[in-house]
Amino acid sequence: MKSVSPYLELDDNQRVQVSFCGLPLNLPDGANLAAALLAAGVEVFRHTPVSGAPRAPFCMMGACFDCLVEIDGVVRQACMVEVSEGLKVSRPHEADDARA
Amino acid sequence: MHGRDLAVIGAGPAGMAAAAKAAELGLSVALLDEQPNAGGQIYRDVDRVAALRGDILGKDYTDGAALTAGLRHDRINHIRSAVVWSIEDGFRLFYTKNGRGAQVAAGRVLLATGALERPMPLPGWTLPGVMTAGAGQILLKQSGVVARNAVLAGSGPLLYLIAAQMVCAGKPPAALVETQTTGDMIGAMRHLNGALRGWTYLVKGLKMLAMISRAGVPRYTGATGLAIDGGERAEAVRFTRRGRTHRIVCDTVFLHHGVVPNTQAARSLGVAHAWDAAQSCFVPSVDDWGQSDVPGIWIAGDGTGIGGAKAAEIAGRLAALKIAEQMGRLTASARDAQAAPLRASRSRERAARPFLDAAYPPYDGAIAPADDTVVCRCEEVTAGEIRSYAKLGCLGPNQTKAFGRAGMGPCQGRYCGLTVTALLAEANGRTPDETGHYRIRPPLKPVALGELAAMDNQTQDAVGRPI
Repeated sequence: MKSVSPYLELDDNQRVQVSFCGLPLNLPDGANLAAALLAAGVEVFRHTPVSGAPRAPFCMMGACFDCLVEIDGVVRQACMVEVSEGLKVSRPHEADDARA
Repeated sequence: MHGRDLAVIGAGPAGMAAAAKAAELGLSVALLDEQPNAGGQIYRDVDRVAALRGDILGKDYTDGAALTAGLRHDRINHIRSAVVWSIEDGFRLFYTKNGRGAQVAAGRVLLATGALERPMPLPGWTLPGVMTAGAGQILLKQSGVVARNAVLAGSGPLLYLIAAQMVCAGKPPAALVETQTTGDMIGAMRHLNGALRGWTYLVKGLKMLAMISRAGVPRYTGATGLAIDGGERAEAVRFTRRGRTHRIVCDTVFLHHGVVPNTQAARSLGVAHAWDAAQSCFVPSVDDWGQSDVPGIWIAGDGTGIGGAKAAEIAGRLAALKIAEQMGRLTASARDAQAAPLRASRSRERAARPFLDAAYPPYDGAIAPADDTVVCRCEEVTAGEIRSYAKLGCLGPNQTKAFGRAGMGPCQGRYCGLTVTALLAEANGRTPDETGHYRIRPPLKPVALGELAAMDNQTQDAVGRPI
């Protein structure tokens, strides 16, 4: 994760606290989770089951499944989830992994 | 069991226009859409966003609010955040909403599932930071998130639109790396008469190019050998132009070389598809009203071939007219009277398309990628592996699944289907039609067991009342 995000956020919405792989993040309430994580500087959303290659959002419209993350034990497309207070997000099947 | 007269899948321009027209003509409509708010990808979240950054996104975006307004009708049940994963005969549509399975019944189904980005497999295209141009636009529209240092690569007017919007948002892209050539543009001139009929598109294109140029964004046309460098993420775009190699450092890469119909739902229903050489993609078989060869299944919008948002809107209305007439809500003469002006404006909307298709063809290097390029992102199958299956006698995409799992990941071939067909067709010396496409089966999207377990056996409306 980089300290300066490669993305600029134009909106200034109320923030809520969520976590990604244990790291606390303040994300805009109700925002698209994939967009919010990118804007917060999260670069790698998951590693592929085949080769372990890093992946992040690709289509942002629910078609490619590259932005998969794990929330409450369920693997979901981050681009189809809205940010809400207390969301605990992790890389799929890496919940206990320290690679954040 | 009685359900809705019509179920529409997809709340983009075609689906919204069809739902509104059908409701106006007395039909009860269920409109199912994956997003929480109507608009599709082109008008994504327009009701909320138009006031926030309509100035950046432009009138072609904010115009979508006229369509979302048409959904406020008693006979339209807009089922939001609904992921349809199966359509069974009769028809019964199964979908997931808020972690629960649900069903809705309807006499007829209109698929308005729009388009997907044409797959653009390049070295490095799976790296974090590489996205489709459409994704870049969705980030800006819905979330107000704009890349600080992006390269736009590929071909097509969408790249100019995104670049212009990024300029308006105060973050011009680092460069446009374009794969179309001067020869493509000269070849496209034979379609200039049509393009002049659709002159408003040409004027918009020239205005966008002027804005990009004023912002000092470098454009490199006729680029070949595109590749994205990076280890854990995208770091630079590399390409060759006029014999010289360039490398542009960036954080984000937006790829685009056209969009193609999203045919997943139509294929799962057994609708026939054929290769469209002009648009280099498969299109479903529909008549002039959008009626498919499967009784009761209709398709409107970019899902039948790329025509853009305005043409999609018109196609949605035409389908609704014909459906209403079939159901006895409209006489054939009233239907035709309403259809005539729609057809005339659709013809104008389509006029510039052959010029654009010829001027901005798909990038050859991504139609026939190098052997070591991943083509199936989900299962990480390379172009060379697909070619090796052809050498072993593999003739069609369904066999590649058995050889090496291509197309069997969660995206179900959405982002490798056309590439695998093209690779096999080339290797076997057969046409795309002879080679075919993946057989698509439900579930169209992955469904969790918990979602199935929580499924209601009754068909319901949006607030859970049995219907």
